[in-house]
Amino acid sequence: MTLRILYFARLRERFGLAEETLAFAGATAADLVAQLQARGGVWAEELAAGRAFRMAVNQDIVTLDAVLPDHAEIAIFPPVTGG
Amino acid sequence: MKIAVQTEAFDLGAEVDAMRAGRTDIGAIASFVGLARDLNESSGVAAMTLEHYPGMTEKALAALVDEANTRWTLLDVSVIHRVGRLLPGDPIVLVAVASMHRGEAFAACEFIMDYLKTQAPFWKKEETSEGERWVEARASDDAAAARWDAS
Repeated sequence: MTLRILYFARLRERFGLAEETLAFAGATAADLVAQLQARGGVWAEELAAGRAFRMAVNQDIVTLDAVLPDHAEIAIFPPVTGG
Repeated sequence: MKIAVQTEAFDLGAEVDAMRAGRTDIGAIASFVGLARDLNESSGVAAMTLEHYPGMTEKALAALVDEANTRWTLLDVSVIHRVGRLLPGDPIVLVAVASMHRGEAFAACEFIMDYLKTQAPFWKKEETSEGERWVEARASDDAAAARWDAS
């Protein structure tokens, strides 16, 4: 399946990427994180177990066991700091 | 209900006036205005830039208001959050809640702010004398939001 992935704030800066389209063969949000971690470098560092980041699927916050639908809009971002 | 994400400043008086215009059933309006401070974690902040996730932000704010409406009987709610570059003293966020009695307005206003701090996709980047830095999420904000789940 194909996913559109958006990155925000500190993670966008660290990855040097605001958005990408990705071919994805896994099923869950955890599978996607594993695929991105496998890129190594800042990806492995920022998405390592225990690091604080959030994921949204089609603009709703999800947990790592969420199943990703084809053509979903995924967002990965740091814990929010508005208000 | 009014939800707005905007770069422009807002005026609390104008928002409250708009909320009560033409109606006499409102007995209480509680409001909160959050401001940009010049000091955070012991260093001076010259300015900050607020980034957000267009689309999800508006959805998340509307969901907060919907949740408040399930917990209290409210007559109207306005939430305005600014984005872009702000200077110390600038207003960042406004929440105003109208209800028949003060208890619901006070409680819902605080609830919406506590949830906004942990749920709405905004991020602050500060310009300090030591350079730029992203503001880290605070555990105290998570605790403030969590206490609404306990009751």
